[in-house]
Amino acid sequence: MIVLSADRLSISFGAVHAVDALSLEVEEGLVFSIIGPNGAGKTTLFNLISGLYAPDQGRVLFAGEDVTGLAPEKLARRGLSRTFQNLQIFFRMTALENVMVGRHRHEATGLIADLLHLPAVTRQNRQTREAALAALERVGLAAMAERPAGGMSYGGLKRLEIARALASEPKVLLLDEPAAGCNAVETEEIKAIIRSIAGDGITVVLVEHDMRLVMNVSDRIHVVADGHTLAEGSASEVRADPAVIEAYLGTQGAREATGAGG
Amino acid sequence: MSVGAPATQSRLASLWRHPLASTAALTALVAVTPLFLTSSYHYRIAVLVLIFALACVGLNLLMGYAGQISLGHAGFMGIGAYAVAVGPTHLGLPSWLSLIAGAALSGLIAFIVGRPILRLKRHYLAVATLGFGLLIAIVLTNESEFTGGPDGMLVPRMTLFGWTARGTIVWYWVAGISFLVGARLALNLIESPTGRALRAIHDGEVAARVLGVDVARKKLAVFVVAAVYGSVAGSYFALFNGHITPDVAGFLRSIELVAMVVLGGMGSIVGSLVGAAVLVVLPQSLTFLHEYEHMVLGLIIIGIMIFLRQGIVPTLAAAIGGRRQ
Repeated sequence: MIVLSADRLSISFGAVHAVDALSLEVEEGLVFSIIGPNGAGKTTLFNLISGLYAPDQGRVLFAGEDVTGLAPEKLARRGLSRTFQNLQIFFRMTALENVMVGRHRHEATGLIADLLHLPAVTRQNRQTREAALAALERVGLAAMAERPAGGMSYGGLKRLEIARALASEPKVLLLDEPAAGCNAVETEEIKAIIRSIAGDGITVVLVEHDMRLVMNVSDRIHVVADGHTLAEGSASEVRADPAVIEAYLGTQGAREATGAGG
Repeated sequence: MSVGAPATQSRLASLWRHPLASTAALTALVAVTPLFLTSSYHYRIAVLVLIFALACVGLNLLMGYAGQISLGHAGFMGIGAYAVAVGPTHLGLPSWLSLIAGAALSGLIAFIVGRPILRLKRHYLAVATLGFGLLIAIVLTNESEFTGGPDGMLVPRMTLFGWTARGTIVWYWVAGISFLVGARLALNLIESPTGRALRAIHDGEVAARVLGVDVARKKLAVFVVAAVYGSVAGSYFALFNGHITPDVAGFLRSIELVAMVVLGGMGSIVGSLVGAAVLVVLPQSLTFLHEYEHMVLGLIIIGIMIFLRQGIVPTLAAAIGGRRQ
């Protein structure tokens, strides 16, 4: 079943066609990666899908419904969550509180109840806290729960963002370069986390530059360049595609790569 | 990068933010202070501190927690103040009902004005709220048939069940208990789903949105709450003084409220009391300096902001917390 699809999505910034009539379909439960050279439009595509940008043309379909132009908070409440390439952490809050915000869409108390601290709020806080702790546990940060987010390592913050998104119990999780800036050990941790998320049946859409990671975890890879689709297929199919090799290495490099036997 | 500073800030914040710890500290403070108040003049100053602290608690929810500035917050104090003056005088309403009506009106006005205004950010929001405050002050000045114009009007005393609130000691307990209730509600809010959403908005609106936080709605909610705090404080101010002029809603008053919040500590409910205390008590205690009074006051404020740059309470709490660790 297709859980998320982009149908001829386009957006321009001035004269630049950042995303140009791009279509893709993500099947439920898979790890679906979007790769491409810098400036190919991957993050713009994420921003379109998650509602941060409204497309000039085209549609976004999520769980069978047209969600084009829907605000990000509305999409989030339907079960679409994401992380950011450049961290978007609530630095004044603890790690646990960051993840507790991820539970927002499941919280049901109103302003008056919150002000009066009615028993429902106590119950809600406890539920939120437990769910957030479980999410921290999944990314290996349970020990950091009470730490201020501002004092955590870069790799820790990357995982914290994933925990926060996971806490919202998304149907589809968009990960924007989760391994960017991470060292080899941290990248391994990210890989294990992505595997475990996929193992729970959550659809993962991944934008990532680390090719080893992408080739390792992806069920399907969609290659974009200059805002449109270059190729799509399994890891081995994409790796062998001459157009992909050329986009990444240039014509000269491609000749050398194929000449050297890959 | 400023990663280090917020780190220490939130470590201490987790201490100070615990609702019971703060409530207990504030209750003890309000209960013990009368032991040191030896004259009716002292009580008068203490009442003013508590009334402004109440307004600051509301403004701190907006500024310190949700990260939205208001340079027109005295406008809501003005609405509350004139409600308890106009209500009994012109409409025959009892004072307590006028106070509630004023709070409801402030909340309603905040709700209507907040939608368009809160879309703006930072300096733009500052100027828009400043305009709102000026507007309220102008209305209060110009509607002289109702408000007495620039000379202001008398405020009838508040009577409740045949009992009249008069005398500074009575007012100390009215203002003290009201402040404690206000502080407690604010502390409740901070440690609730709404409070977490507000703090998230402060640090990253985009991240909050993709987690399902309706940013516009939450900002509006806290703006309304802050307006109600301001309005109630304004009503008390008017009832306590017995006389009110449009200055209560003026630009300087708004700036004073912001200065109290920042000086005491953004995001610290205890800080709101401390900030209000500093800016009410200092000018009174510096009068012996005569013509140098304002200069010294200015220097002290500058000094506090240079040496305690997170505000008095958060900086001191960080220093104490840091030594313990």
